[in-house]
Amino acid sequence: MALKIVKGSIDRMFDKNLQDLVRGIRNHKEDEAKYISTCIDEIKQELKQDNIAVKANAVCKLTYLQMLGYDVSWAAFNIVEVMSSSKFTYKRIGYLAASQCFHEGTDVIMLTTNQIRKDLSSPNQYDTGVALTGLSCFVTPDLARDLANDIMTLMSHTKPYIRKKAVLIMYKVFLKYPESLRPAFPRLKEKLEDPDPGVQSAAVNVICELARRNPKNYLSLAPLFFKLMTSSTNNWVLIKIIKLFGALTPLEPRLGKKLIEPLTNLIHSTSAMSLLYECVNTVIAVLISLSSGMPNHSASIQLCVQKLRILIEDSDQNLKYLGLLAMSKILKTHPKSVQSHKDLILQCLDDKDESIRLRALDLLYGMVSKKNLMEIVKKLMLHVDKAEGTTYRDELLTKIIDICSQSNYQYITNFEWYISILVELTRLEGTRHGHLIASQMLDVAIRVKAIRGFAVAQMATLLDNAHLLTGNTQRNGICEVLYAAAWICGEFSEHLEDPMQTLEAMLRPKVATLPGHIQAVYVQNAAKLFATVLQKHEGETDSQAAQETSQLLIDRLPLFVQSANLEVQERASCILQLVKYIQKLQQKNVEVAEEVTALFAGELNPVAPKAQKKVPIPEGLDLDAWINEPPSESESEDEKPKVVFAKEEPKHYRSRHTEVDEKELARRREVRKQEQANNPFYIKASPSSQKVYDAPGVEHIPVVQIDLSVPLKVPGMPMSDQYLKLEEERRQKEKAERKKKEKKKKREKRGKGRKADSGPESEEDITPAHQVDIVTEEMPENALPSDDDDKDPNDPHKALDIDLDKPLADSEKLPVRTHRPEVLKSPAEDRDSKSVPQETKKKSSKEKKEKKKDKEKDRKQIKPTVHWFPVQKSSKHKKKKQKKEKEEKEKKKKKRHHHHHHHGDAGGEDSVQNGTVEEEEPLPPMSNYSLLAENSYIKMVYDIQGNHQDESKVVVSVIFENKSDSFLKSMEFNVLDSLNSKLQRPEGAGPHDGLTVPFQLPPGVSNEARFVFSVQSIVMPQKLKGTLTFIVKSDESSTHEKLDFKLHFTCTSYLITTPCYSDAYAKLLESGDLKGSSLRLEGINMPFHHLLARICFHHHFSVVERIDSCASMYSRSIQGHHVCLLVKTSDQTVSIDAKCDEPSLLGNVLDEIKQTFSKC
Amino acid sequence: MQFMLLFSRQGKLRLQKWYVPLSDKEKKKITRELVQTVLARKPKMCSFLEWRDLKIVYKRYASLYFCCAIEDQDNELITLEIIHRYVELLDKYFGSVCELDIIFNFEKAYFILDEFLLGGEAQETSKKNVLKAIEQADLLQENFSSQSPHNCLSTP
Repeated sequence: MALKIVKGSIDRMFDKNLQDLVRGIRNHKEDEAKYISTCIDEIKQELKQDNIAVKANAVCKLTYLQMLGYDVSWAAFNIVEVMSSSKFTYKRIGYLAASQCFHEGTDVIMLTTNQIRKDLSSPNQYDTGVALTGLSCFVTPDLARDLANDIMTLMSHTKPYIRKKAVLIMYKVFLKYPESLRPAFPRLKEKLEDPDPGVQSAAVNVICELARRNPKNYLSLAPLFFKLMTSSTNNWVLIKIIKLFGALTPLEPRLGKKLIEPLTNLIHSTSAMSLLYECVNTVIAVLISLSSGMPNHSASIQLCVQKLRILIEDSDQNLKYLGLLAMSKILKTHPKSVQSHKDLILQCLDDKDESIRLRALDLLYGMVSKKNLMEIVKKLMLHVDKAEGTTYRDELLTKIIDICSQSNYQYITNFEWYISILVELTRLEGTRHGHLIASQMLDVAIRVKAIRGFAVAQMATLLDNAHLLTGNTQRNGICEVLYAAAWICGEFSEHLEDPMQTLEAMLRPKVATLPGHIQAVYVQNAAKLFATVLQKHEGETDSQAAQETSQLLIDRLPLFVQSANLEVQERASCILQLVKYIQKLQQKNVEVAEEVTALFAGELNPVAPKAQKKVPIPEGLDLDAWINEPPSESESEDEKPKVVFAKEEPKHYRSRHTEVDEKELARRREVRKQEQANNPFYIKASPSSQKVYDAPGVEHIPVVQIDLSVPLKVPGMPMSDQYLKLEEERRQKEKAERKKKEKKKKREKRGKGRKADSGPESEEDITPAHQVDIVTEEMPENALPSDDDDKDPNDPHKALDIDLDKPLADSEKLPVRTHRPEVLKSPAEDRDSKSVPQETKKKSSKEKKEKKKDKEKDRKQIKPTVHWFPVQKSSKHKKKKQKKEKEEKEKKKKKRHHHHHHHGDAGGEDSVQNGTVEEEEPLPPMSNYSLLAENSYIKMVYDIQGNHQDESKVVVSVIFENKSDSFLKSMEFNVLDSLNSKLQRPEGAGPHDGLTVPFQLPPGVSNEARFVFSVQSIVMPQKLKGTLTFIVKSDESSTHEKLDFKLHFTCTSYLITTPCYSDAYAKLLESGDLKGSSLRLEGINMPFHHLLARICFHHHFSVVERIDSCASMYSRSIQGHHVCLLVKTSDQTVSIDAKCDEPSLLGNVLDEIKQTFSKC
Repeated sequence: MQFMLLFSRQGKLRLQKWYVPLSDKEKKKITRELVQTVLARKPKMCSFLEWRDLKIVYKRYASLYFCCAIEDQDNELITLEIIHRYVELLDKYFGSVCELDIIFNFEKAYFILDEFLLGGEAQETSKKNVLKAIEQADLLQENFSSQSPHNCLSTP
């Protein structure tokens, strides 16, 4: 019986497989947790059994439970057991469980290393596959280190199924164990050309992922990828490659130029949207990196914008979204191309999808102009009304304000309209952005003087209807606008029609429910209004109105005196006492208005945020010096509260209230004014210091009285629309007038029209409705002008701040365009010239060159000994001369042997002598040191020299010059190694450690240090990024500074000036091992010997023979490549035929020679 | 791709595959957050959303949401393609797949995914090849499983 029970339970346990578990969970919806806990108990029992099938079943169930969120980490060891099963069925489940449950912290992972290694080498490809798949999920640094070699071997497995997986997993291995990248990379690169497309695509995937993170290291693969891109038809692969190019182009703009054509072809031809989108994105990236404005690329931009338009017009929401997203990228650099699609973007605002609307909003910001601002904002206001979610509505609100206020209200032609918009926005319930609206109101009212009358009227209405705003909720953010409204009404109360009414509105009992800081503003500004009312009624025989006002304040202020808010209480009690005193005076019929008004006299001007920074420090003022002796510890503690108190002083109020009588106040004010007048650094309120918006002749622009024929707003009714209508009418009228004038000034206009080509009614033609002077923010009078003033690197919209109507200045045109395409031929191009379709022009020139070479070959066959020289009819005289030269050279050679080691110093001299013939005119001074980096402390120049003794090392000599007045010390030089070039570090130093520069630099001193680099391949130029860190020590302080630089290893730097005899030279050329290439330089008008000297000096060549305007030159690379040049000149054209046993090295050297001469 | 989640309209997780190492806690948090965000979106909305510093690409097939997280520079459309490809694979394998197939054969769904994606990258773009690999692996499994009953029988 007992046996039966046991057996039954075993059966049940065994029976409950995954399906049963799932079914069970579904049937126990009410007590799921309880059911699962019993299941887990069962699973624990099952795991204790020896039967692997039972265990595997249990592990499978655990994996499911893990997904439901249950902790199964306790079963990690059992998972390893199942993984180790020899049967694929169980192994598969084990690995699945491991990949789902294991993470880096799982300690049993250590135990799996050998098992995984065994599985990787299993004869069954599915065992290997399952192990690789699992490993990709739970690989740890340890596993990566231990298994990297095994996986690398699998990359060459006979089965593509394994190769593919091995290649992909290598990426994860690199991430965990970066040291494996270098050894594995060659093989990975091989896989790019694997016969199996799946393996190839895997390799592309991995390399693209690697390169996206560190593009600079993969520049050299560009030719290979270019080939793949033009040959592959697999969209998955193409997308990856194109994305990779997108990452490479910022580093290598030449690549971008090459890419444009194939990419535009793809854009035209492909039907796959994903590929199209990728191409468009990369073209955009390319165009951004190719400093914009190239006329011939406007076609590509147009193409992109067109295609994006198609995407946006598509009914598929996804395409619409992506189209807008990509559009915003173009907007940054080519705003004009996007602006023409305004209609479409506006349409998107009506889209039902919020994410699409938000994208469209982003775009709108960059698209507004004076012409369309009102229209766009009107549209947005409609959306504000319709919007349902508060988030989207708030987003709209901020966007409206952003759009209107951008670049100092540049696009606003009518500020009355803007104020009305702001007032309308206050009707939004529950917005968080009350503060934003308030600050806009304040800003506009303060800075646009002409609008104050209107603004005050609007604000008074707002105050009067404050109950509409505050509504029911206390936490309503919109009540912030009352802060602005109260302040504006108080400060500019002279514009108020009925100050008494506003005063009454501000002292209503309901006000006491507002937040404290707003009440404080109410109280303070009530006092200002009081002063205005008194002023108005002064001189009237009947002083009753004035006395009533005083009584109103005396009645209402006690409410605020009781306020719990300290600020409100203090102000209220102060003002209350003041009013009581005034009332006494009034009863004695004393005229007080003037003195009360004086309390609030003075114009308030906005101060630029940078003003404080701009105050120049007067000579002899040491801000760091103590004014008094530093206080002792105990004293300072006592003083603290005072400091805090002073800081809390609110910014907005100019007058401080102390309980002293008015005369005393007036006296103090007088004294202060006097003080300020004498103080040159005080920011005065005098009009002379005001900078005004339209700088020239602002004084003469009459500030137009605002026509109040515009009906004042009834609260709750939108009125901004009326402005829109008015504005349109006004523009129509103006247009009509202009047309009349135009007939007269037709000729003039035409010239203008060409510049401003933004449609029939261009920006320029729109005049603002009011002559508005926007008061710019004040700066101290003697502020130092500086260029970097407005360049806020964090402002992403700065790029849009472009004057579109200005004609292109010469400096804006790309100066080197004429010869650049020729000069900057990328190494990629050279290598791949056969496989890459080229422009017809280039082709023809190449053909010509080839033909020429053929001719030369023929000639060579006829006269083998004469090698390159076309007419070798050298006279005796010349031969003599040659001999002489040779002798000289030999002498120098001996000399050179002496100071062979001083490459840095002697190299220059050597090569100059090498190429010169003394009779001719002297050479201009030359230096091979080029600038490495520079900042205000230090300047670094450098030169790279090869070394004959070691074919894999070059020496970089860097001269450090201290430009500062401080002592520079602890300089550390560090370079980010690439695969190919590495900084030689002392033994024991890590691969990322910096080298200490072996000296310190006193002010003004310079010194040279040398660094040895090891290089592998020398056929391509390379750039290494590096950093110099150092400590700047002055008398008082020492700061840590750093300077980034890029070391440019040109191919030239791998060449060493090596003398060569003409017969050896001839033999070398005859050997036929060398491959040729040629170069043509136009417009060189320097003497031939200068030309030769330059080549010798800058590119480390020596002259073998020279006859008239022909010279043969020779140089050798550190790895023993021979480079031979034949330089001929005639009529400002220099042709260089070159031969070398390494064509890409030669190509690069020629490119560099070309660059040298394009510079002069 | 950083991870892939499959969940039902009721917010129940049906499949999860993480290609970046994260703690269980973090995974749960992300899952909860994303399931909520995605389910809250209206059916007519586009399939992309920005979330933290990642982009989320999701698509609904019948009652199941397929949701992938990709990085900033990744291509959204190809990710949709990947999701679609995976659904097609499931469909071919199970024969017009439904949510229940994935629930009851969740390990198979994982096996298919693992043949299609590895480490977050597409490893095989040919549907035929993926299915062939799965079938052959299954064949191998069945050979074993057909043996296993014998083992079981022989033990008592």
